[in-house]
Order: sequence, then structure tokens, then C-alpha cells
Amino acid sequence: MKVEQISVFLENKAGRLAEVTRVLGEAGINIRALSLADTTDFGILRLIVDQFDTARQVLKERGFTVGKTEVVAIEVPDRPGGLASVLQVLSEAGINVEYMYAFVQHSGKNAVIIFRFDNLEEAIALLQKAGVHIYKGEEVYKL
Amino acid sequence: MIHDIYHETLPRGELEALQLKRLQSLVERVYHLVPFYRRRMDEVGVKPEHIQTLGDLEHLPFTTKQDLRDNYPFGMFAVPMDHIVRLHASSGTTGKPTPVAYTQRDLDTWSELMARTLAAGGVHRGDIVHIAYGYGLFTGGLGFHYGVERLGATVIPVSGGQTRRQIMLIKDFGPTVICCTPSFALYLAEVGEELGLKFADTRLRVGFFGAEPWTETIRQEIESRLHLEALDIYGLSEVIGPGVGIECLEMKHGLHLFEDHFLPEIIDPVSLEKLPPGDTGELVLTTLTKEAFPLLRYRTRDVTAIDYTPCRCGRTLARIQRLKGRSDDMLIIRGVNVFPSQIEAVLLDIPGVAPHYQLIVEREGHLDTLEVMVEVDESLFSDEVKGLQILAQKIERQIKDFLTVSVKVRLVEPRSIPRSEGKAQRVIDKRKIG
Repeated sequence: MKVEQISVFLENKAGRLAEVTRVLGEAGINIRALSLADTTDFGILRLIVDQFDTARQVLKERGFTVGKTEVVAIEVPDRPGGLASVLQVLSEAGINVEYMYAFVQHSGKNAVIIFRFDNLEEAIALLQKAGVHIYKGEEVYKL
Repeated sequence: MIHDIYHETLPRGELEALQLKRLQSLVERVYHLVPFYRRRMDEVGVKPEHIQTLGDLEHLPFTTKQDLRDNYPFGMFAVPMDHIVRLHASSGTTGKPTPVAYTQRDLDTWSELMARTLAAGGVHRGDIVHIAYGYGLFTGGLGFHYGVERLGATVIPVSGGQTRRQIMLIKDFGPTVICCTPSFALYLAEVGEELGLKFADTRLRVGFFGAEPWTETIRQEIESRLHLEALDIYGLSEVIGPGVGIECLEMKHGLHLFEDHFLPEIIDPVSLEKLPPGDTGELVLTTLTKEAFPLLRYRTRDVTAIDYTPCRCGRTLARIQRLKGRSDDMLIIRGVNVFPSQIEAVLLDIPGVAPHYQLIVEREGHLDTLEVMVEVDESLFSDEVKGLQILAQKIERQIKDFLTVSVKVRLVEPRSIPRSEGKAQRVIDKRKIG
């Protein structure tokens, strides 16, 4: 039920993001989803890739600071109010979303959204109980 | 104006005779009262009776900041604690301060030297003196305070900070004299101008500026913006505080050292050889009259040159040039002494922080800024922005607690701080001074 996400520390200077994508591309790694959080001083790039271990290794070899975080990939109906219905379940239970971002491609008719929670296990149990579809890791890497 | 006409204008021969008499008495005292000096002198085989001329000073060992640290806190004091009436402290190189002590007679000497300092700028009874140096362990505030009282002028003990309020006091209380760091003077000018204060309309006439390096250009700017005469002062807490040297209003050309109390030498900081007058090197001072905390050949690390020709103001006291820098890596940030090793000590106390760091010093407007670049490795990294921001703030707070200086921490990628062969370049000083 959990998906492994790579996070990369980036200084706010030209060419760093390009360097990450170049390193991954040369290693034959496909980026499935990404988000970039930025501040005035630094950025944090978060990636879901098809080969987690290889991606982490090549980035570390190139001197990047790399972290691993477990996140959840949720299927959200692609219609008005689709995301709201999922967030409603979470907010009623008092679960905080640290951040979220959308997948690059759709799975059939629905959107796939990556969520980062403080309390991962509790969030998964709650969403499953509410009938929300959560992807398995292997499914996500191959999407 | 000369406060102590006898001592400040002594012919060189008489001054040297006085210095020798005081030096002999000093060496006698420290040899018998301070185990550290006795050990050092025994090591080189020098006894107090070997000091027969001022030239014999060269046989005595140097004293360094490290020696003061090794004898922390009170090991260098030459009188029992019940003779000490005041302690001050300067920042140390690794976090522990360097305490300095005064007997009642030391405080009298200091007050007298500060009265000389103020008089050199024409200050007299009837003047109102605005002191914006910090009061507390720092010697700046209280040093000036006692000097003003000695002269019989009026003190406004404002201390640092609260700039807008200071502007109000300058307007309403009408001080004729101001004492602060040169950077604070320019900041006051800026805030005053913003608040619509015309310095030409204030009563300010002269200012005493020091505790950090500054240039002739800054002097001209301070003089034109604050509408006063700006004088450079010299001092360091280990030696006494402010009151070691002062420019005279007449010439503003070199700082007169109070040689009857402090015996100067200029040395090559590498070979430690004594340099002839006029050559640039490190200033070494011996305190001739201090009782509680005397220093033999103390290496100030301040770089300057000395000129023994009498000044047109009438003083025969030698003059040192405006300081040219330091012979160690000490930085002065908004008047506070900062050693890179202090920042390193704080960083190494935080789990996960790599020992690689770099300090960037800049001057924004008129105030110094210190940016600390810290590499983020995996143990510190967080995928959440707030995680990294909390880390940066934590480091900023710990440095501030330790050094009393606000810094900005910038998190950078591993290996982005250049590793140089041998001595790492820890400091990039972009301020345009000197």
C-alpha cells in the first residue's frame, strides 16, 4: 500500500534540476511523478521513479543528498469534487496532509495523486475503510 | 585639549625612564604573583633583575589569547579576589569568554585614560555625552561612562539598540558628544534622516568611534552626515578596554598610545622579530601599571605601524596608524569579536552537521551580516520544507545564544563548499574595508 518516494536536496541555483534529470535519464530511469517545493534558499525535489534503488544509487554517486519517504498513491475520480471527497474523509479524522501532488498520467478515467501523511498507517486504514482505492507500490512504478 | 599635560607631553627620555621603572616593577610583581609568568620566565631563564633597559623587554616571553584561555577563568590575576572590584569579559575563541579584572586603582587609571581620550576630542565639563556602546561585560559602555564622569561632563548611558529612541534622545537631550561603533553611527544617520532629523540642527560636535575596523572614507561619511568631527579610538578588553589610544582632534593622523601605561612593540607575526618604527606588523602591548590583570608582551593580533615623532598637538606619545587588519582569523561583526572556531564549535555540537562550513561576511547598508553555509547530508535532510527550515533556525538560534550575534544559516548541497588543500578557506569577507 505504500510507495517509495525519492527526495533530493537542491540548492537554488541554475542547472541543479537539469542535472538530476540528466543523471536519471542516463541511467535509464523513468520519472513517473514529481513535485518541487522551493524556498528562497533551497528546493526539495520529490520523485516517484520506476527503479527506486538504482535511482537512489546514481544520485548519491553524483553527490546529491537523497532521502527516502513512504507515501501513498490514491485513485481520485476525475470529476468535479473528486479530490474534495477524499480530503473530506481525511479532515474529519484529523489527519494532516504534509503535501500532495498529481501523477503525470491518468490511470484509465481517474487521476492518481501522491499523498504524504504524518501518520501513514492510520491514513491508509482510514482511506481503505472509506472505500478509496490505494495503489500498490509495484502498480505505481509501472503506471 | 590635553588632559594630563605632564604625562602626555613628557620628553622621550623622561618617558622612557618612567617606562623602565614601571616595567621593572611590573616584572617583579608578575614573577612573584602569577605562577604562569614565573614558569614562562624560568623556562627562558630570565629573572626580574635582568630587566635593566627597555631593550631587555625582548628577553621576556610573549603572552597570547591562548595563554589566557589556558588559565581560565582567574589564573592570570595578580591580586587576591578580594582586591578585585570589577570583572569584564571579551569573547573567547571557542565560546568561553576571557575575563578581565580591575582593582580600584585600575579603575582609577582607566577613568583617567578615558578622560584623556575624551579631552583629546575637546570634551570638557558642560558637555553632554551620549554613550551608545554596550553596557555590561563589554568594556565599551562602562569605560566611556567612567571617563565622562571623571571629566565632570554629563553622561547619557543609552547603551546599544533602540535606534529610534536614540534619535529622539539626540534631538531632545541635546548631547554634544557621541560614542559608538562607526557602523552604528551610520545606521543612526540613516534612521535619523528617515525620521526627518537634521543633524546640522543637533548640538553634536564630536564622536568617538571604534571597536571595529573602518576607513577614511567612512570617517568622511560619518562627519558629513552626522555633522561632527569623527575620531578613531583604540583599545581591547584584555589590555584595559577603550583608552589605549586616541586620535587628537588637531591632527587626526594616527592614534596616540598612552605609552606611560602601555609599552608598545611592533613584531613580525611569523618570525616574532621586533620591527623598526614605521614598519607594519603586529602590535604587542605590555601593561605597565595594571594591578589585577597585568600582561607581559601581549600579542594583540592587530596589524599597524608605529611613529615616534612628536605630534603637532603637543603630545610626545607615539602614534599607531589606523588598524590595517588582523594577524589571525578574528572577524568583527557589528562590533562583536567572532572567531570561525566558535562557529565551528557550535556546528559540531549539532548532531549530523558536517564540519564543512563557510562564513560569508557582507555589509548591507551600514550593518555587517554574517551568513553561515552548512552542508546538508542525509542525516539532516528532510523531504519537508518545514523540516529543513526548523533545522536552519535551530542552528541560527544556537549560534546567537553562543556568540550574541545574529547570523543567517544557508543550507547547501554536500561538497558545494570548496575543500582547499591544507587550510580551508572558512571565511569570505566581502566588506570593503581597509
